[in-house]
Amino acid sequence: MNPTVSTRRIAWPALIAVVALAAIAPLLVSDFFLSAILTKALWLGIAAASLIFLAAYGGMVSLAQVGIYGIAGMAYANLVLADGGAAAAVNPYLALVAALLIATLVGLGFGWIAARSEGIYFLMITLAFSVLVYYFFSQVTGLSGFGGINSVDLPGIVGSPEQDPLPRYLVTLVVAVLVFLGLGVLSRTAFGLGMQGVRDEPARMRALGFDVTLHRTLAFGIAAFVAGIAGVLSVFYNTRITPGSINLAQTIDVLIVAVIGGLYRLEGAWLGALTYALIDNYSREWVPEVGNVLGPARFNTLIGVLFLIIVLASPGGLIGIAEQLSRKVKTPRRAPAPMPAPQTVD
Amino acid sequence: MQQFVTVTLNGLTLAALYFVVASGFTLIFGLMRVVNMAHGSLYLLGGYIALEIQTRWFTSDSGLGLSLSGKSDAEYSVFAWLIPLVLATLIIGVIGVVLQQVFLRWNQGQDLRQALITIALSVILADQMLAYFGGISKDIAAPSAWPTSITLPGEVRFGFFRGVVVLSAAVLIGLGLYLIIKRTRFGKIVRAGVDDREMVSALGINVNRVFIGMFFLGALLAGIGGVLGGTMISLAPGQDTAFLLNSLIVVIIGGMGSLGGAAIGALALGLVDAYADVYLVFGDLDLTNYSIIVTFALLVGVLAFRPLGLYGRPA
Repeated sequence: MNPTVSTRRIAWPALIAVVALAAIAPLLVSDFFLSAILTKALWLGIAAASLIFLAAYGGMVSLAQVGIYGIAGMAYANLVLADGGAAAAVNPYLALVAALLIATLVGLGFGWIAARSEGIYFLMITLAFSVLVYYFFSQVTGLSGFGGINSVDLPGIVGSPEQDPLPRYLVTLVVAVLVFLGLGVLSRTAFGLGMQGVRDEPARMRALGFDVTLHRTLAFGIAAFVAGIAGVLSVFYNTRITPGSINLAQTIDVLIVAVIGGLYRLEGAWLGALTYALIDNYSREWVPEVGNVLGPARFNTLIGVLFLIIVLASPGGLIGIAEQLSRKVKTPRRAPAPMPAPQTVD
Repeated sequence: MQQFVTVTLNGLTLAALYFVVASGFTLIFGLMRVVNMAHGSLYLLGGYIALEIQTRWFTSDSGLGLSLSGKSDAEYSVFAWLIPLVLATLIIGVIGVVLQQVFLRWNQGQDLRQALITIALSVILADQMLAYFGGISKDIAAPSAWPTSITLPGEVRFGFFRGVVVLSAAVLIGLGLYLIIKRTRFGKIVRAGVDDREMVSALGINVNRVFIGMFFLGALLAGIGGVLGGTMISLAPGQDTAFLLNSLIVVIIGGMGSLGGAAIGALALGLVDAYADVYLVFGDLDLTNYSIIVTFALLVGVLAFRPLGLYGRPA
């Protein structure tokens, strides 16, 4: 379950094609699709990418990403002009930087504690972090408002999404591409290779003089920075943030997005997020109502079953399935062995 | 002083409930290295099944069932509580075995995948329970013959069910588990299995049967916890998450797989929860809203010094 991901080069042609398609998408689709599907898939993908980055290159499946993005989102919403929370009315750009800084610092702190555990312990500890962040914000109404922080002030570059969702979409797209490229490049630096070494052979890396805990902590901090970006973008997307939007369900949703896409490839994050957003919006129309068990209101059952099927069938997610298929297509079935020439007996 | 005793008792009873639930979680992990993320769902489902049995079989609701206190005046005998407890517990045990045999048996050793599978199951279970039992908080009725509260020396009044039943149940369960683990053949195999599973199966012991037994026992404990918690607190969507988190914290503090660790962890979590909710007031400064931070600090404090928990041992 841990295929080697190493210095895979970025597939530029495919990336350029996808980004070009995404850039002209506003001309092709409705405003609703642009916001509810594409924009959402992009920022949700960034959150999932921070998880996949840790899982693929660091061997750490972290459930703390939603907790961290919640901290970034809450920090941003509290710093700018908003309805509820501290409403400090700071310049949105300044608030943005501060929110990312806070998220990264908290992430480094979490990382420092969690980094010394491995595997399943790491999963549990980060889950506990995430849920504690949720409980914190639901208890401390001074920071989360009663019923969340509403009508959050957005930076000028995003404009007012109610009137024109296009700028917000483009901003999210550019950031998503930058995150993808940034993490891709990072994985091929000395640090990225060190991370993969720590993932595969922590004991040997330690013997070689690498500081394993430091590598893990820094990786966690970088992932926290990325998760923070997703958190701020989620506030741009919703123009509000509530404790309920960073609860365990959301934690698991981001995990589901990452697993559906594929835990071992960064691209999987956005593929999973797009799948998730599509199902989220359209399943109500085509899912049949089966008593109380299945139906429009039972979205979570549907997504849970999909998640279960993916985990049971293909640990590599949709990307893994696609790779298996292409491998089957590429390697032709073995040609029948040539018959030995009949021995001629005189 | 009265307040202190009450708060301490609150903490102890919470700890008792946490221990019952978390002991199942930790035993399953200790033997099989399976982190059962659906443990909270089993807890809640156990409570709901007991409630369903109680209302179906034992409630003869006369009249409109309306009353100001929100509770109907129906009388419940001791059996109206005990029978649902036993049945629900057994059903949850069987569900646990089915879960293990269908979903976890064939990928033994892939701990991350197993955790993901149980997360998926918990998502489905939570949604189905919401569909069937609704979102309103419900509780299981304790037998009407039992007093509602007892008076301790020093004029301290405390809930009878909470103070006597839950506490003694936890002590009995703890003792029972200790005896099972230390004195029975099953316990011997389990202890050997925790240390070296391959060796145990190489010795000709049917490990699968031991795993079934352990999953039955672990799920059963979640079910008992659900009935106790459903009577002591309430049953509502979200309790599954809460008790999964509590179990996680308890075993992270105590060390995965250790029964004694679970007891210590539960005590620490229960008492810290209870005290932090009341005593975080310094003069005019009321910090009780921040009590969750104390829980967090407890977790961090333990992990900073013992990454595997107080009694944890490397796998």
